Amino acid sequence: MKSTKFSELTQEQIDRKWWEIGDFFRRNSLWMLMYCTGCCAIELPPAMTSAYDMERLGMGPMATPRQADVLLVTGYLSLKTLRRLIYTYEQMSEPKYIVGFGSCTINGGIYHDSHAVINQLDRYIPVDVYVAGCMPNTESVMNGFVDLMTLIKNKQANGWIKYKENNDWYKQNQKEALGEVKIKDEFHE
Amino acid sequence: MMINILIGFGVALFGFVLQTSLGGINRKIIGRLQKRYGPKWYQEFLDIFKLLSKRAISHGWLFDFGVIMALGGIIATATFMPVTNSIVAFPNYDNFFIFVYLIAVGMLGMAMSASGSGNPYASIGVMRALTTMLAYEVPFMIVILTIIKLTGTSSITGIAEFQQLAGNNWFMIALPLGFIVSFMALMGMLGKKPFETYIAPAEIASGPMVEYGGKQLGMLFIMHEITVFIEVSLFVHLFLGGAENILIFLLKYAAVYTLVNLISNVYGRFKIDQVVKFFYKWPLLLAIVQAVIAVYLGWVI
Repeated sequence: MKSTKFSELTQEQIDRKWWEIGDFFRRNSLWMLMYCTGCCAIELPPAMTSAYDMERLGMGPMATPRQADVLLVTGYLSLKTLRRLIYTYEQMSEPKYIVGFGSCTINGGIYHDSHAVINQLDRYIPVDVYVAGCMPNTESVMNGFVDLMTLIKNKQANGWIKYKENNDWYKQNQKEALGEVKIKDEFHE
Repeated sequence: MMINILIGFGVALFGFVLQTSLGGINRKIIGRLQKRYGPKWYQEFLDIFKLLSKRAISHGWLFDFGVIMALGGIIATATFMPVTNSIVAFPNYDNFFIFVYLIAVGMLGMAMSASGSGNPYASIGVMRALTTMLAYEVPFMIVILTIIKLTGTSSITGIAEFQQLAGNNWFMIALPLGFIVSFMALMGMLGKKPFETYIAPAEIASGPMVEYGGKQLGMLFIMHEITVFIEVSLFVHLFLGGAENILIFLLKYAAVYTLVNLISNVYGRFKIDQVVKFFYKWPLLLAIVQAVIAVYLGWVI
């Protein structure tokens, strides 16, 4: 008679099984935090409302970084907004993902020679999905979200792990761009 | 005794599953209303389980303890809820005032935890929630006290059976003004659109929930679903004649909740002073008129 006993799973395998179950929920319910810095933000209203309706994918806007899963960086980032973006990203609860919109986040786009704008977002915080175009049309924005879901399914959307592992490199790049990152407001004194 | 406690937790679980599925279906209905396709009907389950699967940070033990206290208090309240005339976990203890008394534990836990996060938006949200509560409780309580005076009992099943014995003459028909008042109060209780002041995502960044993420937010979502279940089924029992069997309960519950959602989605948002002024003007006046008509003049259909 065959044994009906299950083969013993190691702790690592059990953890991976739980992580896969969690990934199913995470990719079907992505809550966005919109960091609307540039012109690509205008593509989000048609994606949210009746024309493309991102709620059918389980996505929705959220009010604060603590509640959100995806950070949408829509367009160029000046040095001033980059600092706020880093604060925002570090406040989000893990696992967290970033979608970069437009050519400005990839290589600077039409602002590539400006003194006040960073060129490559990936040097400062880890980006999981880029939506290319200047500006991208709404179909490609929706396609970018579906791509992000596929990446989560294949366990490739691990920018937040990279940020933890290569934290020194990211911090050094941030310091080069911003000078010393010093938090100075009424809550930290 | 043990079996009663088990039935009580069964009622709480039933309420969670019912309200979460109905919430998803209602999101789809609202989507269709806005010419969208809408999310899947089980979207709310996905949201809650996703939140529970995320990692969360803490702002100190008061922050964590308040969330557990809120969830536990609400589950304890839901165990007393009668579903039909016969499904009652603790017979003779389904008094209206038990719900008023116990639901405060959950609300207080949430207020404590939100204030413990130290975020100014959370404090503003808690203050607004308590102010809204102060506004809608007064007209609502006047109507409920009228009902208790008419029926001579404050037991929820007692009130429901009184209406069924009167030949399905529900208090919705017998006290029309009171029904309108308490429907407005129900919208305030559920935090629906015209009285959504204390959540206000665009204004104070979702109020008391501003610092929650991950597991704590998931627990607060479960708490919110069970709170909605308690409030809507209280309304069903008090005004719509309760339920003889579970099918009628589901039907009445879905009708009330969907109607609240449909009305809520065509409105904007009041400011907090407008909410207080509104509740202290027309609903309070209507509630007093209804009480005088019903108790002193005896004009009950």
